[in-house]
Amino acid sequence: MSLLHVENLTASYGASQALFGVNFTLAEGEVLALMGRNGMGKTTTVKAICRMIPSAGRLDFAGHDLHRLPSFRAARLGLGLVPEGRRCFAGLTVAENLIAAARPGHWSIARVTEFFPRLGERLGQRAASLSGGEQQMLAIGRALMTNPRLLILDEATEGLAPLIRAEIWATIAALKRDSAMSILVIDKTLSELAQVADSAAIIARGQTVWSGAMDDLSADVTEQYVGV
Amino acid sequence: MIRERYVNAALLAGLLAVPLYALLVDEPFTITLATRAVILALAAVGLNIALGWGGLVSFGHAAFFGIGGYSMGILAFHAQNFMPLDLGFMVFDGTKSMPVIWLVAIITSALAAFLIGLLSLRTSGVYFIMITLAFAQMFYYFAISWSRYGGEDGISIYIRNDFPGLNTLVPIQFFGICFAALVLALWLNARLVASPFGLALNAARQVPVRVQTVGLDPTRLKLVAFVISGAITGLAGALFADLNRFVSPSMFSWHLSGELIVLIILGGVGRLMGPVLGAVLFVALEHFLGGLTTHWHIALGAILLGVVLFARGGVIGLLCGPKGQS
Repeated sequence: MSLLHVENLTASYGASQALFGVNFTLAEGEVLALMGRNGMGKTTTVKAICRMIPSAGRLDFAGHDLHRLPSFRAARLGLGLVPEGRRCFAGLTVAENLIAAARPGHWSIARVTEFFPRLGERLGQRAASLSGGEQQMLAIGRALMTNPRLLILDEATEGLAPLIRAEIWATIAALKRDSAMSILVIDKTLSELAQVADSAAIIARGQTVWSGAMDDLSADVTEQYVGV
Repeated sequence: MIRERYVNAALLAGLLAVPLYALLVDEPFTITLATRAVILALAAVGLNIALGWGGLVSFGHAAFFGIGGYSMGILAFHAQNFMPLDLGFMVFDGTKSMPVIWLVAIITSALAAFLIGLLSLRTSGVYFIMITLAFAQMFYYFAISWSRYGGEDGISIYIRNDFPGLNTLVPIQFFGICFAALVLALWLNARLVASPFGLALNAARQVPVRVQTVGLDPTRLKLVAFVISGAITGLAGALFADLNRFVSPSMFSWHLSGELIVLIILGGVGRLMGPVLGAVLFVALEHFLGGLTTHWHIALGAILLGVVLFARGGVIGLLCGPKGQS
């Protein structure tokens, strides 16, 4: 059953149009990789889904038309965003970041710290004083605290040390294995994406140029549109 | 740096000790001065919820202070003159009971804060400052033209209102009432800041767009903060009117809104006891420097300039370091 359906999605930043027709469907419990070169519209697509920028086209989530909802209502339906650049609430501590985002459900501070023991050791520390990797864990933990049906990870491993990247990928794999949560993941590392994603959509110049099962993604296509 | 909790405790203890000492040496005026500081601190504690925690620079909090004052003035005026107050749907004799007056002051100022906030929060930055100022000025000019309640001359209340079991005409007893209200407001403030609501409000102040992605409505959070803030300032207005036994349109004036902001900046924006320290310093400067020259505001301005330039966290910040470090 489809959880998120995106059809002919268009979006602009003022007079400059960024999306010209993005299409993909994400099923319940599925992991979808959204791929493309830099500046092709991946983050803009995420912003449009999360209602952070105005957009047009079809945008259905769990039977609701997202275009009718403000950003916070869309989030309450079960959209959990881990934004590009982490964007933790810098002035709050780790625990406060998690509490501020908490909504009733499976995920609690105890479960998040079980997932990320390093966060458990730093509950009283301000988010601004954490390392990049820890901030990324906090951003994921904060999104999990909203008990989302769809977790959106926008460049979650960007700029992190290889060991931390491996930890983040292990987390995504564990979330896929242990929960019924759907995941939309944006990243540039094809090898890791191939291990966790069930399907993929590639965006080039603001429109979907390829979508399908991850196994069907050929080297030619990735070379042409993703550059790897 | 001194731990903030020690400074807070010392400040409260000092605020309590001064009128007790004044009682021992029979200086009732000092008790009245301390009561004035406590009431101004209460009003500023209210504003600090909106300004310090919610990032809402309200230049119209005098509206709630005045509404609280006029709630007291109108109810006491009808009670003292045995003139029933006809509300259209009911006739009310007025009251001299402080708890009833406080309840009315809190409800009316909260209601006004809700309506003002609902409209003002559609704007931000300098527009928010101007729209809140405009609302307060509307109340100010309305009060001036409200001849039924004295217009520009205001309302005089002959005898201070009653509190069960206490003689409110005894300065130290009235101080005790005001001090208890301040401690209660500080406790509420501390609980609020540490609650999920307070944390969400803090996050909404820092990054209003990002909080929406975790399902929080920043406008709603700020509106709730604005209403709580207005209600506390309204209560302070009712107590201030009782202290002076007089209510006038000046309680709505923009000078008062500005003074409340000055108190917070002086003490420390977003610091629990910042408004209290600001109020104590303000009243002390007003009393001591005001005795030397009528131009004491120049000295206050210089001190404020120094605080803004060299102590961004106010005097509390100067003593305890940046927020969250002690």
